[in-house]
Amino acid sequence: MPLVKQGRLTTDLFVHVADGAELPGDGAVLVTAERFLADPEALLRRTGKVGVIWPNNRNLDDLVPHLDRVASVALVFPTFRDGRAYSQARLLRERYGYDGELRATGQILRDQFVFMTRAGFDAFEVKKDADADAFAATMKRYSVFYQPTGDGRVTALNRRMQLRHSESAGQ
Amino acid sequence: MYAYDELDRTLINERVSEFRDQVKRRLSGELTEDEFKILRLQNGVYLQLHAYMFRVAIPYGTLSSKQLRRFAHVARRYDRGYGHFTTRQNIQFNWIKLAELPDALADLAEVGIHAMQTSGNNMRNVTSDQWAGVAPGEIEDPRIWSELIRQHTTLHPEFSFLPRKFKIAITAAEHDRAAIKIHDIGLRLHKNADGETGFEVLVGGGLGRTPFIAKTIKPFVPGRDILSYIEAILRVYNQYGRRDNIYKARIKILVHELGIEKFAKEVDEEWKAMGDVGLTLDHTAIEEVRSRFSYPAYEKLPHMPDELKQAAHDPLFERWRKNSVSAHKVQGYSIVTLSLKPVGGPPGDASAEQMDAVADLADKYSFGEIRVGHEQNLALPHVAKRDLPALFKALDRLGLATPNVNLVTDIIACPGLDYCSLANARSIPIAQELTRRFANHDTADLIGRLHINISGCINACGHHHVGHIGILGVEKNGEEFYQITIGGRADENAQLGTLIGPAVPYAEVADVIEDIVEAYLALRDRPEELFVDTVKRLGVEPIRERVYATR
Repeated sequence: MPLVKQGRLTTDLFVHVADGAELPGDGAVLVTAERFLADPEALLRRTGKVGVIWPNNRNLDDLVPHLDRVASVALVFPTFRDGRAYSQARLLRERYGYDGELRATGQILRDQFVFMTRAGFDAFEVKKDADADAFAATMKRYSVFYQPTGDGRVTALNRRMQLRHSESAGQ
Repeated sequence: MYAYDELDRTLINERVSEFRDQVKRRLSGELTEDEFKILRLQNGVYLQLHAYMFRVAIPYGTLSSKQLRRFAHVARRYDRGYGHFTTRQNIQFNWIKLAELPDALADLAEVGIHAMQTSGNNMRNVTSDQWAGVAPGEIEDPRIWSELIRQHTTLHPEFSFLPRKFKIAITAAEHDRAAIKIHDIGLRLHKNADGETGFEVLVGGGLGRTPFIAKTIKPFVPGRDILSYIEAILRVYNQYGRRDNIYKARIKILVHELGIEKFAKEVDEEWKAMGDVGLTLDHTAIEEVRSRFSYPAYEKLPHMPDELKQAAHDPLFERWRKNSVSAHKVQGYSIVTLSLKPVGGPPGDASAEQMDAVADLADKYSFGEIRVGHEQNLALPHVAKRDLPALFKALDRLGLATPNVNLVTDIIACPGLDYCSLANARSIPIAQELTRRFANHDTADLIGRLHINISGCINACGHHHVGHIGILGVEKNGEEFYQITIGGRADENAQLGTLIGPAVPYAEVADVIEDIVEAYLALRDRPEELFVDTVKRLGVEPIRERVYATR
């Protein structure tokens, strides 16, 4: 599956390791929340980065204490109709200050890229090659944003007020 | 009127180009119908019985004449020459071809009209009082807040894939014309003891198969905090609203299952935890949006002009005036409701010719402005009283002066089985038959205010639960049957109707309604006692006895 990271198609360095499957000796791994929480210290002692796949119906409280030590959090969109992970993403970025990789997994189409980026995702396991190829173009689709989020894009309201301010300053 | 600036225009054009790409991918097979369905629903496109239906937003019910003319153009160019105004300040076109939809959308975008979030599990078109800004005694114009909320909810990066649809309505008047108590969030603008403007916030109202009247979650949220408070409600709902069962996914079920106190506590905790996230609306921000609203330059006019005195001798004019003309906050002006409920016609429909003509009349008599109400009628919000006689003549010629506003034939109805793939029964022909039964305007006047609401299925698009008389189509052994409720209302005293008796077959509905009205006329205390008040005073039983005694 193509991975888009920081706007570009990238080789995925993380290996999804199923519950019960043996961990590779080194290299980056993505494990489930259960596996991670069963023994986080053991996992973090390995050489190689650790990422956690966090289900969209699980409270983030158990993850928060480990945020500064995980290299990736993968949030899940079982179908693209299910938008719970957007809230999780914003909370991780904006409330808990998580600044590692935030990965969108599941049914990911190009039509969600802008929403996801605005919510704080920076890595995308994209379902279709054509959508992954279209990432850069899709991200250029919108230039106006009404809501403030942690992505720092200036809202329409703020742009208007800045404009008004500079106009009145020029008088 | 709110005037779009370059940013608003850019955004809706960007949305058109995104939708064009989505349609193209569907037509080429790159998107499956399942994938496309969610995307088209985000933009108001339903698949109905016969064709795609296209629902277009009229935010808080305000339209310019230019915009209304563009609806006429879309009706003519892409549809069959008419449009249907809905109960949520939208217009629907019923016969649009998928391949032409992006062009129709682009034509609408040129006049600042969009279809964003008119369907789908997102925050829907924000609705308000159709008399906003002109009704006497308003706290302030609720459209300023409606527009702030419209912008905030448009393409929201967190809440565009909610468990279910989410509707917000706002009122600033004592009499609630926006039906806020049957919305997911209802906002009532008022002033607190310190004279500060803010909102009573209600949550969890909604109709459908499990109807609830909204409950107050917070009696006062200052205006500057309203966006963050709404955000907190939405975040709790997005995370905890049920997604396992479409019929239990609305926020009303979450509120009901948790109880309003527990739900309010969750929201409060989230609200506090949010802190300052850039959502506080300071004075400058509010004034920025307020400054984009323009208001007519009213003249100083007499309360009772000569034109009106003379026209008072014409009984037809007088009947229409008493029924359709309402008080305006500015002396010498009136609000005029245009009935889209002609005898024998489908409620809420307007032809392209009528839309063009109303746009012209708005230019001539109403500063180019038109309003759309949830009762599926139009209004001209700023008509000088001296122009009323001329306006009446013009409207009468167009078939838009039926003097039945708020009367028994001013029926709210969904499209029903004639169009809708969800319906179990027809709605429109029932409404048409009732308008014929009560076609005599003297009789209708005698009956007084009486709202009949008809839905063709349990999804309740025709708001049957809150009709003074509610009619719900159901299917029984392959036949259309109708359940009838009485005593519902959608205003500040909102209440769900009570079932009056066993469901009746299609052919008997109009007879039963006539009998209910007969019973009311016999039982009412005095002519001024409205139907709902009689039902409230006596309960359902005396009416049931009279209606069902011989059945």
